[in-house]
Amino acid sequence: MSKVSEAEVRAEVRDWLAANWDPEMSLVAWRNKLADSGWGMPQWPEAWYGRGLPVSLARVVEEEFAGVGAVGVAKSGVRLLAAATLLEHGSDLQKKKFLRRILTGEDTWCQFFSEPGSGSDLAGATTRADLNGDHWIVNGQKVWTTSAHHADHGLLLARTDWDAPKHEGMSFFVIDVKQPGVDVQPLKQMNGHASFNQVFFTDAIVPAENLVAGVGDGWKVAMTTLAHERRGADGLNPPSKRGSRQGRIHAEERAELETANQPYKWYPQRAGRVDLVIERAKETGAIRDPHVRQEIAKLMIMARSAEWTARRARAAQRQGRPQGPEGSLGKLAASNVARACAHVHTLITGAEAMLTGPASPREGIIAEILVSVPATSIAGGTDEIQRNIISERVLGLPKEPRFDTGPFRNVRKN
Amino acid sequence: MSASEESRVEPARRIQFAFTDEQEQFRSLLRRFLNDKSPTTEVRRLMATAEGYDPEVWRQLSEELALPGIPIPEQYGGAGFGMVELCIVTEELGRALLCAPYFSTTVLAANAILNAGTEAQKSSLLPNLASGARLATLAVTELNGNWDPHEIALVATPVADGYLLDGVKSYVVDGHIADLLVVAGRLPGTVGSEGIALFTLSADSDGVERRLLQSMDPTRKLARIDFHGVHSDLLGTLDDGAKPLLRTMDQAAIALANEMVGGAQALLDSAVDYAKLRVQFGRTIGSFQAIKHKLADMLLDVELAKSAAYCAAQACAVDDLEWPALACLAKAAASETYVHAAAECIQIHGGIGFTWDNDTHLWFKRAKSSEVFLGQPNYHRELLMQRWGV
Repeated sequence: MSKVSEAEVRAEVRDWLAANWDPEMSLVAWRNKLADSGWGMPQWPEAWYGRGLPVSLARVVEEEFAGVGAVGVAKSGVRLLAAATLLEHGSDLQKKKFLRRILTGEDTWCQFFSEPGSGSDLAGATTRADLNGDHWIVNGQKVWTTSAHHADHGLLLARTDWDAPKHEGMSFFVIDVKQPGVDVQPLKQMNGHASFNQVFFTDAIVPAENLVAGVGDGWKVAMTTLAHERRGADGLNPPSKRGSRQGRIHAEERAELETANQPYKWYPQRAGRVDLVIERAKETGAIRDPHVRQEIAKLMIMARSAEWTARRARAAQRQGRPQGPEGSLGKLAASNVARACAHVHTLITGAEAMLTGPASPREGIIAEILVSVPATSIAGGTDEIQRNIISERVLGLPKEPRFDTGPFRNVRKN
Repeated sequence: MSASEESRVEPARRIQFAFTDEQEQFRSLLRRFLNDKSPTTEVRRLMATAEGYDPEVWRQLSEELALPGIPIPEQYGGAGFGMVELCIVTEELGRALLCAPYFSTTVLAANAILNAGTEAQKSSLLPNLASGARLATLAVTELNGNWDPHEIALVATPVADGYLLDGVKSYVVDGHIADLLVVAGRLPGTVGSEGIALFTLSADSDGVERRLLQSMDPTRKLARIDFHGVHSDLLGTLDDGAKPLLRTMDQAAIALANEMVGGAQALLDSAVDYAKLRVQFGRTIGSFQAIKHKLADMLLDVELAKSAAYCAAQACAVDDLEWPALACLAKAAASETYVHAAAECIQIHGGIGFTWDNDTHLWFKRAKSSEVFLGQPNYHRELLMQRWGV
């Protein structure tokens, strides 16, 4: 595509919206228009529902959509990770088969990566796929799968060669979740919510055409998915903000988001809720206790410093400077803040910290903080893995010696 | 009214989260100078002397880099920079552990004169400080070691041509070598914030008795100064009360926080270098997760404390309303981080880290003295809560 200016893009999308945007359309019909016109994912290639625009101009398109309150393509869950992975590694047939229904939101996707036996060590997966004529037969178990209970398709990382070294013996598939060989069970967490599933595969079938990239390329493809996951936000999707938000299409979008966001309702609590600390300390009178004041101050110092550290990283990025160490520390800092915050909430709450449910402080929110914070230092990479990454990539320290080289068959497993 | 207060509320002057290219260049220049002038062999030589600095290096940093005049406006002979540049200097000095009367002369005394002095006083006192020709310090704390200016007991009795000072100051940085003393005192019969003012006098005035204290951190010299009816001049007017002093102390807390994060970074660098070098059990100790994780945590601590120190300096420079609270925040954060980094650096070095010949103790002692100097972390955390209105 030849170079276009910001003004041209703005004018073009504005005209298109004026001619096409109608809040009384059905959500799917509107999103099919977005797919056909390329305005839903303008940074995607023209051949695949996009317009080949640079990301900076895609933001201009987003602004214009927001300006009239127009709904965009479906973005919740892992569907866009699936799309990004297929755009990079998928065959034309796969792109044709899956991309449109990702954008319209008709299909929901999930990600079958983690296993009970491989958490931090994702490449230790033992779910197997064996080729049988024109299809693969899958057996094994995956865990921590968000949305599997209502997903149509899953991104599956499975072992196809047990004699190859660990990272080279895996392949990447798209699997139909709604088939008899796939059994989805909710996984209840210590905080009582069940945001994830465990999924059992018993002779589940994947047609050969659903192998993504080549046999043995699974790790490389999964890295693409994970890179996009790290770049993106975690789950929560705000609905389109401006405009009247009246009409059929908005009602349908709200329903879609409610389903998508349902598993994440407790997420603010797992971060510790620093925002509640001072109000709560005033509410209970703990604010007069010199020890509690010290602990609150320590927490606030940590939380503010972490926030400024993230701003330093963004500012350096904007100035085009190489990323300093401050860019790699956010996750570990967030864990420390969450833990310290749960500690302070306990100090402030006193005996009532033994209670839970609607009659407990803040209608159960405080109790939910206390039993949700342990997730923060595990989900998306444990603190220990973060420390390994920081010490190796930022400080240049050597790796621990490995014990998982050679044929995977001989590597010690759970 | 100080220069920065006159120039408040320009919308373009927001807190910046990145240094400018000019500031980064200034930092590099300074770092090269200090690498050359302040190797630990020099730190060790100077810390063993009573004066505690090398006049030749002081002359060079004054003439070649104009460091003593960094925050002093050009009309008083300074370089006309602000708090951000001053804190770049203190961070680099803290990193190199330079032995020089910089904190006393520039951070404490020059800022006190800028904050409190009349136009005539600024014109007469500051040029000699900016050029490095005279050394100065600020005496606030007394024998009880309290950093709260409201606790000052030294009495300043008005007489025909000035004030007579009676009392004792202690923990006065570079008090034994300063030529000019800025002294916080109170008018007779006053208590609390009432009647507090700053006074200036030449250190060789009659009735001044100075004693070098034996300080645990020999790179930061401390003195006790007794005043027996010493003649002094009021700095500025009585109208502002303790305000200029409080402002000076808050600026000093920010400058010290930046000095401390510079030192903490030096300790982290030293610990990482050693972990990559030291072999035990057939591997470098830096390949053990027990050590890697300690170092990753140190890095996180140091970066968070830097963010607080930088943000406080920026907030002060643009006169953000929150800056006095952020001074407390930055001081408390940097204190904990520096002391922790020093202890961990010794731990990672193992036995050699506890020896006199290993350099870690030089920074360890500076970390300890900085933790207490200008107020311990718990003092600053409580003050932070009060300043946030909690």
